[in-house]
Amino acid sequence: MRKASLVLTMLCAAAICVALGWLPWWLIGAAVAAFAAWLAATRAGRRTGAIIAAGMVSLPQRLGGASVVVVGIAGVVGVLVALLAMAKGFESTLHATGSDDTAIVLRSGSLTEVNSVLDQSSVTQISDEPQVMRDARGQPIASPELLIAVSLARKGSGLAANAALRGVGPQVWALRRNVKIIAGRRFRTGLRELIVGKNAAGEFAHTSIGSRLDLGGQPWKVVGEFDSGDAHDSELWADTNVVGTTFHRGSDVSSVTVRLGSPKQFDAFKAALASDPRLKVEAHTTRAYYAGQAKGLTKLIRILGSIVAGIMGVGAAAGALNSMYAAVSARTREIATLRALGFRGGPVVASVMVETMLLALAGGVAGAGAAWLLFNNYTASTMGANFSEVVFQFRVTAQLLGSGLRWALVIGFLGGLFPALRAARMQVTEGLREL
Amino acid sequence: MKYLHLIWASLARHKARTFFTLLSVVAAFLLFGLLDSVNGAFSQAGHSVRDAHRLITTSKMGLTFTLPLSLYSQIRAVPGVEAVTHMSWFGGYYRDPKNFFSNFAVASNYFDLYPEFKLPPAELRAYEDTRMGAVVGAALARRFHWTVGDEIPLKASIFPQKSGSGTWTFDLVGIYRDSTHKGQENQMFFHWKYFDEAAAFGNGRVGWYVEQIAHPSQSARIARAIDALSANSGHETLTQTSSAFAADMVSQFADIGLIVRSIMGAVFFTLILLTGNTMTQAVRERIPELGILKTLGFSNRGVLSLVLAESVMVLLLGGVAGMALAAAAVSLIQAKYGASVPMLPVGVSEWLRSVGLMALIGLAVGALPARRGMRLRVVDALAGR
Repeated sequence: MRKASLVLTMLCAAAICVALGWLPWWLIGAAVAAFAAWLAATRAGRRTGAIIAAGMVSLPQRLGGASVVVVGIAGVVGVLVALLAMAKGFESTLHATGSDDTAIVLRSGSLTEVNSVLDQSSVTQISDEPQVMRDARGQPIASPELLIAVSLARKGSGLAANAALRGVGPQVWALRRNVKIIAGRRFRTGLRELIVGKNAAGEFAHTSIGSRLDLGGQPWKVVGEFDSGDAHDSELWADTNVVGTTFHRGSDVSSVTVRLGSPKQFDAFKAALASDPRLKVEAHTTRAYYAGQAKGLTKLIRILGSIVAGIMGVGAAAGALNSMYAAVSARTREIATLRALGFRGGPVVASVMVETMLLALAGGVAGAGAAWLLFNNYTASTMGANFSEVVFQFRVTAQLLGSGLRWALVIGFLGGLFPALRAARMQVTEGLREL
Repeated sequence: MKYLHLIWASLARHKARTFFTLLSVVAAFLLFGLLDSVNGAFSQAGHSVRDAHRLITTSKMGLTFTLPLSLYSQIRAVPGVEAVTHMSWFGGYYRDPKNFFSNFAVASNYFDLYPEFKLPPAELRAYEDTRMGAVVGAALARRFHWTVGDEIPLKASIFPQKSGSGTWTFDLVGIYRDSTHKGQENQMFFHWKYFDEAAAFGNGRVGWYVEQIAHPSQSARIARAIDALSANSGHETLTQTSSAFAADMVSQFADIGLIVRSIMGAVFFTLILLTGNTMTQAVRERIPELGILKTLGFSNRGVLSLVLAESVMVLLLGGVAGMALAAAAVSLIQAKYGASVPMLPVGVSEWLRSVGLMALIGLAVGALPARRGMRLRVVDALAGR
């Protein structure tokens, strides 16, 4: 009999945990509202409310235990949200970089630009495909680009790090219309001038306007700073032909990025390139290309984040259990008296659960808040697919805060449930003997 | 030691509480073990004794730039350099781009400079005699179920063949092991000569040179001498010790150390608060008992050490269990995924460090309750005040 009820309790607990983890917020909110209405409106509810209030009044006497619940859960939520924010930030930087109506063409077999080589005649053929949009003067909006990983000194530490130097064609401004010059001016065609992305300017030394950078054994002048709001912000841009001659690449480039008439034309474009026997190239929409680069790392961070938070969660749940068992035993007399007066187990369970969930919620808010304060827009960098740094900002989104709070509620629920059940099953006579 | 049963009895007094406290400690040290293993794998890259005897010469412009083969004989003539080899990143993948691993075209004397890669002599001879021969690490062979004699097709992500084919075929002639650094068993090596003859471009150039030097103390001088060879040429070089090279690479992926330290900070702060609270509670409940101990003649210091011993005991029990779990998890992960996961097996130094931490945290959280126990006045204690 007892075994059966234990199994039943476990099943209910598991169901509620899953519900807290997956149900939409409005349903959880509705459940809370319904509970509050019951507390306020019915007689039984008001009685339960009184017991919950009585429990809350004695909370200050149990500050040590309460702080264990709050801090333990805050730690879990903080670490989880911070790690997920890192994944989110990296992902959204790369996702923002791509679109459906621009396509990047690489040599077939190459996964990244830095591994790809296209010769001049391929570039011309690709640009001349009919799906490529043309500007007012009839020129195809296509940018032959040469990507080179160059070694630069990091600001502050002075350690060497790889930056992406991207040679871009004259049509790049029509191709990537989101790119804005925020200081200085564009580089001039044919000159050893370059403009730096705003993240690269923050990351690498000697990138302010007017400085001289030595790249490929030649001096370059920094003439402007640009903001694209995506992964290009980590790059340095210059004229493709100048980059090619400086780095002894002749007229070869890494890739061609084109603007298509519309996203629908991509399939025709891809097929046209694939069927041309002179070309050994492959086209990807830039959205697919950049999303592919984000996938591996974000998945890794998400899995690691969940494992770390899961292990911490076990520890925090154990801490919460301890504290709540202690809380129940501190309230033994009170609870036994209530039971002697004729109160049933339900209100007692509710009282312990409400207290734990409130503490858990406080912990969740504290942890998520700390993660938000410390890490929202925190700038980090990692080695991207092109063997060069991608700078990105941690993004603590509402959705991440929400999932942090869900973890807090699940841990709080587990930590409160068993002590609450013990309180409900307490023998009145034994409890009163504690006097 | 004779008081062990006393400590044991006080732990058993409140079994559920001890269990849950232990569970938190286990969780904390499980995390510590895992993160330390990852951190160790990153910070240890390029720190073996042999690495102190090795320099790496890359293009000053960055790792993606190649160097001319003509430097080879020049570097070998630099005083202090005992031997030189070279490697080139090939960037091939097996069947699917997801099956990524490191593969290099290397000079014929490569394995002379890396004696820690243990290759059976017969297989080494077979490698030397086979133009298209390749040698892979044991972990990599396990991952793809390769055995000696297999023909391995790699798709080239960078270098197509002169024939226009994007697929290179290699004969697997040997499998090497590296007992100290399992992470090194995840690579493939083949003859640079074969690569150079067949590649459509990049001929006559190598990725980087590796030099073996007699005395690590001379590394700075030798590095300068090597870099001077190409000063003001179109292919200036940067020579650094193997460990500096590895540290540079790691730091570009992420500040692993910072992430690990932040997580461990959060974990241990919570742990200290949690066990501290438990110990305070445990001592508060037992005040009359402590009074009895004192009445029986236990000195103040005796009571102090009893309480301290109890909290250290909790940390040690839980911590050792957590570390054991971590060690088991690491070896499981390594058995399943091979060396593609950067983790170091939990070794003696990790154990020592973690046990030190357990003792330290145990003393820290026990300190306040223990002091309280020590200062108890027998009369008050017996009265339960």
